[in-house]
Amino acid sequence: MSDDLIKTIFGRLTLESFPIHEPILVGTFIMVAIGGAAVLGALTYFKLWGYLWKEWFTSVDHKKIGIMYIVLALIMFLRGFADALMMRAQQAMAFGGSEGFLPAHHYDQVFTAHGVIMIFFVAMPFVTGLMNYVVPLQIGARDVSFPFLNNFSFWMTVSGAVTVMMSLFVGEFARTGWLAMAPLSGLDYSPDVGVDYYIWALQIAGVGTLLSGVNLLATIIKMRAPGMSLMQMPIFTWSALVTNVLIVAAFPVLTAVLAMLSLDRYIGTNFFTNTGGGNPMMYVNMIWIWGHPEVYILILPAFGVFSEVVSTFSGKRLFGYTSMVYALIVICILSYLVWLHHFFTMGSGASVNSFFGITTMIISIPTGAKIFNWLFTMYRGRIRFELPMMWAVAFMLTFVVGGMTGVMLAVPPADFQFHNSLFLIAHFHNVIIGGVLFGMFAGVNYWWPKAFGFKLDRFWGTISFWCWVVGFWVAFTPLYVLGLMGVTRRLRAFEDPSLQIWFVIAAIGALIIAAGIGAMLMQFYVSIRDREKLRDVTGDPWNGRTLEWATSSPPPAYNFAFTPVVHDLDAWHDMKSKKAERPTTGFRAIHMPKNTGAGIILAGLSTVFGVAMIWYIWWLAALSFVALIATAIGHTFNYDRDFHIPAEDVVNSEDARTRALQSAGV
Amino acid sequence: MNRRPARRAPGRTPFVRHLAAAAALLALGGCDTVVMNPAGDVAVQQSHLIVWSVVLMLLIIIPVMALTVVFAWRYREQNTEASYEPDWDHSTGLELVIWAAPLLIIIALGALTWVGTHTLDPYRPLARTAPGKPVAATQKPLEVQVVSLDWKWLFIYPEQGVATVNELVVPVDRPVKFTMTSSSVMNALWIPSMAGMIYTMPGMETVLHGVLNRTGRFEGRSGNYSGAGFSHMTFWTHSVTPARFDQWVAGVKRNRWQLDLGTYRKLEKPSEKVRPIGFGAIDRSLFPRIVGMCVNPGTTCMQGMSHAGPAVNDRPQAPGEAEGALTRDPSQKGESPHISAPKGNAPGAAQPGAEDNRNMTQLDLPAPLRATASKEA
Amino acid sequence: MSTTAQTAPGTAAPSYYDLDEHEHPPGASTMLGFWLYLMSDCLIFAMLFAAYGVYGGSFAGGPGPKELFELPLVAVNTTMLLLSSITYGFAMLNADEKNKAATLRWLGVTGVFGAAFLAIELYEFSNLIHEGAGPWRSAFLSSFFTLVGTHGLHVTFGIIWLVTLMVQVARRGLEPANLRRLQCLSLFWHFLDVVWIGVFTFVYLLGVLR
Repeated sequence: MSDDLIKTIFGRLTLESFPIHEPILVGTFIMVAIGGAAVLGALTYFKLWGYLWKEWFTSVDHKKIGIMYIVLALIMFLRGFADALMMRAQQAMAFGGSEGFLPAHHYDQVFTAHGVIMIFFVAMPFVTGLMNYVVPLQIGARDVSFPFLNNFSFWMTVSGAVTVMMSLFVGEFARTGWLAMAPLSGLDYSPDVGVDYYIWALQIAGVGTLLSGVNLLATIIKMRAPGMSLMQMPIFTWSALVTNVLIVAAFPVLTAVLAMLSLDRYIGTNFFTNTGGGNPMMYVNMIWIWGHPEVYILILPAFGVFSEVVSTFSGKRLFGYTSMVYALIVICILSYLVWLHHFFTMGSGASVNSFFGITTMIISIPTGAKIFNWLFTMYRGRIRFELPMMWAVAFMLTFVVGGMTGVMLAVPPADFQFHNSLFLIAHFHNVIIGGVLFGMFAGVNYWWPKAFGFKLDRFWGTISFWCWVVGFWVAFTPLYVLGLMGVTRRLRAFEDPSLQIWFVIAAIGALIIAAGIGAMLMQFYVSIRDREKLRDVTGDPWNGRTLEWATSSPPPAYNFAFTPVVHDLDAWHDMKSKKAERPTTGFRAIHMPKNTGAGIILAGLSTVFGVAMIWYIWWLAALSFVALIATAIGHTFNYDRDFHIPAEDVVNSEDARTRALQSAGV
Repeated sequence: MNRRPARRAPGRTPFVRHLAAAAALLALGGCDTVVMNPAGDVAVQQSHLIVWSVVLMLLIIIPVMALTVVFAWRYREQNTEASYEPDWDHSTGLELVIWAAPLLIIIALGALTWVGTHTLDPYRPLARTAPGKPVAATQKPLEVQVVSLDWKWLFIYPEQGVATVNELVVPVDRPVKFTMTSSSVMNALWIPSMAGMIYTMPGMETVLHGVLNRTGRFEGRSGNYSGAGFSHMTFWTHSVTPARFDQWVAGVKRNRWQLDLGTYRKLEKPSEKVRPIGFGAIDRSLFPRIVGMCVNPGTTCMQGMSHAGPAVNDRPQAPGEAEGALTRDPSQKGESPHISAPKGNAPGAAQPGAEDNRNMTQLDLPAPLRATASKEA
Repeated sequence: MSTTAQTAPGTAAPSYYDLDEHEHPPGASTMLGFWLYLMSDCLIFAMLFAAYGVYGGSFAGGPGPKELFELPLVAVNTTMLLLSSITYGFAMLNADEKNKAATLRWLGVTGVFGAAFLAIELYEFSNLIHEGAGPWRSAFLSSFFTLVGTHGLHVTFGIIWLVTLMVQVARRGLEPANLRRLQCLSLFWHFLDVVWIGVFTFVYLLGVLR
C-alpha cells in the first residue's frame, strides 16, 4: 500500500504511536489486559452479559445509573491515585542531579492526567452519581424527569473516561497541566495527540454533565412530592438544585472555550495563538469563568451530604435551615464573581485585583455560616459516631484550614508569592480531599445501606477513615511548607537538597492514603461478604429524617408504591413522629419508563468520533458522525417508551416489605 | 450513671510530645522560609500581609475548631448527662452572630487587601526601599528587560548595554524595574526573596518592581509551567554592592559577544540547564522586536497593526505559522520546540553519558559563547 | 415549626400518602427541560459574542468589517430567517387546530426559508474565503466565522430536526408527543432567530458603522 493510502486510512496513527518503549506503560498495559481479560472471562463464564446489559447498561432507573456513576468514579479514582503516587515518588527521588524515574515527556502527562481525571472523572461522576441516586428518593419521585437522557448522560461520561484511558496506551495525553493553558496547548507548542485527547474527552463528557444538570434541575423543580415546597426540600436536594444551576450555567462556557481551542488546532483560527491577533490571555480568562464555579459544583453537594449526616446523627433538626439555603444561593451567585483570583499575576490593575480578592473573601462568609450551622446542629444533640459522622467531624476540622489558606491566597499581594506554588496545591487538595472527597465518603457510608440493604463494615471503615485523615495531613502539610520555601508546582527535578525531606514526608503521606484506599476496598469486600450479618430490613438504619428512608432498602424500581405527602421539613421524621401508617393495600399499577440501549450506542459512536478526530482519521470521523445523527434520529422514531409495572408485582414486593417490617418488629 | 467509655490513657503523653516536636518542626519550617523571611522590602511587606491575614482568620478558625471538638465530645451519645433538644433549630441571636462574625473579619481583611493591593501593585514604582527609606524622586530604578525563552531567562540591561542568560545581578537597595515578555509560551518571573511573581507573556509586556535589601545569592525561577524543560528554568539572583555591580558590568562588557538578532534566534531555540552567559554588547532594538513578535526576518512587527485600539499579538501570520491540523500533513506531527526528546546530537557535552542529561534539548550556540558571567559577580 | 396543631391522635390526622394518585402525563417537564437546555446554549453564544467583542478589532493587518460585509446580502439573509420564524408560527397555529396537512405545508415552507438562509450564508462564507479572508486570516475573522458559523450549524440541525418531525407528523399525526416536539423545535427556531438578530446588529450593522 502506498504511504498516502495508509495515511488516509490511519491518519497520524502509526506503529510508533504505541508506547512499546515505555516499560511503565507496557507493564500497566499487561496488568490492565490481564485484569480486563479476567473480568471479561468471568462475566462470560457466569453468563452475566445479558444481566448487565438488561439490568444495568440499558437501565433508565436513576438508582442504577447513580450507582454506575459512583463505580466509574471509584475505578477512575484508582487511576488518578496511581498518577499521584508516581508524582510523589518522582519528586521524592529527583534530587542532587538525579532525574528520578520519569522523563519530562512522561511526568508532564502524569500530572496533567492526574488533575483531569480527579476533577472530571472522579469528583464529577461521584457528585453526579450521589445526586442521581438520592435526589429523586428525597423528593418522593419515581425517577428523574428525563430517564433516557440520564442513561445517555452517564454513558457520555464513560465515553470521556474511556477516551482518557485510551491515551495511556495509544499515543499520549496532554503535557500542559489540567487546564491546558494556551498558547502551550496550541498546535504550535503541543502538536501531538495529547491535547486532542484532552479536548475530546472533556467535550464528550461535558455533554453528559450538562444534560444531567438539565435533567436534575427539571426533576427538582417539577417532580417534588405533593406538599413539598421549596423551603421544605431536604438540604441535600437544595444543594443539588444549586449545584445543577451552576452546572447548566458553567459548562457551556467550557464547551465554548474548548471549541475555540480545537478550532485553533484543527483549522488554524487565531483565538489563542501568539500571532494573527490571537490572545492567550483570553483562554485563561474564559476557562476560569467555568473553572471557578466548577469548584463549587464539587463542594456544594458535599456540603449537602454533611448537612444530612450531621442532622441525622445528632438526632436533631438541622440548625438554621433557612440560613443554610440562603448561604447556598449566595455562594452560587458569588462563585461567578471571583474567577479572576486565579490570575492576579497576569498583570491586571490593583483595583481589579482587589475587587476580585474581596469578592473571594466574601464567599467565606456564607461558608463560615454553614460551618457554624453544622456546629450548632451538634450542640445539644445526641451524636452517634457512626462512620458518616466521623467523616463529617474530620471534614469540619480539615476544611476550615483549607478555607483559611484559601482566603490567604485571595489577598492579591500574598498571591503573588503563593500563585502556582505548592502552597496552592496544598490548599486545593485541602478543600477537595478534606471537603469533596470526605463528603463523598460520608455519603457512600451513609446511603450504602439504602442502596444495597446492608451497612458497611465498621472495622475496616474506621481503619480507612484514620488512614485517610492522617495520610492527608502527612501528605499535604509538607506541601504548605514547601510552598513557603518557594517551590512551584509541576516541577520534576530539584537542585536544593534541603527540600528532599519534605517531599519524602509527603510521599509517606501518600502511602498512608494508599493504605486508606486499600482499607476502603477491603471494607466493601468484607461488607458484601458479611451482608447477611449487616443486613438492614427496616429501610431506615440510621433513624433518618428524609424521605429516602421511608421506602425499603434497596428501594423497589418504582421507589414509592404511593407517593408520600409532605407536611414538614424532615418529612420522614415527621411521619415517624406522627406514627403515619404505611398503606398495605390498594396498590395500583405504576407507570414507568422502559429501558433502552440508545444511550450506550450513541456514547459508543461519540467515542469513535472523538478518537477519529484525535488521530485525524477523517473518513471515520465523518462516518461515525453521520451514524451518530442517524441513531439519534432513529431513536426519536421510538414512541413506545413506557410501560406499567402490574399491580400484582407491586403487591408482591410491598407485601414482602410488610413481612420484613413485621419480622424486624417495627 | 457516669459511664465513660474506656480510654487509651497510656500512650497519650508520648503522642503529645511527638505532636509538639512535629509542631515545632513545622513552625520552624514555616517561618524561616524564603516567603516568610525574604530579603527584599516588597516581599517583606507581602509576608506581613500573609501574617496579618492568618491572624485575623485565626480569630474565627480557632474557636470553630475548639467548639467542634468540644461539641463532638460533650454531646456524644454515651454522655446522657448533656442536654438534648431535638427540635431546637433556630436562634435569631445566634444566627446574627454566625453571619456577623465572619463579616466583620472580612471587612477588616478587605480593607487590608484594598490598601495592600494598591501599595504593592507590581506596576507601581517603589515608594521606598525599606521602612523609613523613601525613594528620592531623582533616583531612577535599575531597568532590566526580561525575556523568558524556552527554558532559560534572558536579562537585558539597556542602560549598561549588557545582557545575561540565567543570571541576574542587581545592586543592593536599588529599586529594580523589570519589563518582561516571553518568546513562546507563558512563564512567570519569580524571585521569592525579592517580590512575588508576574507572568511573562508572548507579544505582551508586563512590569514588576522590586528591591533587595541584603547582599547575597537568591533563587529565581519560572513560576508558571511552560513545557518539558520547566524544572530547570532557574537562575541565581546576585545582590551586590553598587561598586561590585559596576565592576561586574565592566567585566561583562569585556566579553566581546554581542546579543544581536542572529544570536537571539539561536538562543531562542529550546534548551535546558543552560549555564550563565554574558553578552558584552546588545542590540537595543531587540527587546521591542521580541515584544512585537518580529525577530525573524520578513515578519512585520505587530505594533500599530490594529485598526481599532490596541490589540495584542496583532501581527499577520508568516507562511507556515499556526496552520490548522486539517491543512497539515499528518506526518508533520512532532515538529515543535516543546518536545522533550533529544534533537540532533546527544546532549550533555560537558558530561557525556550523564544520566541527568537524558531527554534534554541542548543549547545550540558555539562553545565560546557559553562563557560564564558569574565569575564577575 | 411546632407540631401542636396536629398532636391530638386520631383527630383529622393529615394524610401522608397519596392513595388516589393520577397518572402523570408523560413529558410534563419537557418544556422546562428544553428551555433550560436553550439557556445553556444561549451561554455558548454569549461566550462567542464576548470573544467577538474582544477580537472584533484584531484585524492583524487584514481586512475589517467595512471591506468585507455586504449589508444587502445580509439583509436578504435576515429576511429569510425572520420569514421562517413567521411561517413556523403559522405551522404551530395549524397544529393547535389539529390541521395536519396545513401544519406540514407550513413546516415545509419554514424548511425552505431556513435552507435559503443557509445557502446565502454559505455563499457569503465561500466568497470571504475566496477573497483570502478565511477564519485563519485574523482573530477578528476567527471570531466572526465561529459566531456566525455556530449559528449556521444550529440552523442546519434545526432543519434536520424539522425534516425528521415532518416525517413523524406525517406518519403518526399530531399526537401529544409530536405536538410537544413541535413546541420544542418552535422554541429552538425562535431562539435562533433572536440570536441572529443579535448577530445582525452586533456583528454586521455595528461592524459596518464603526
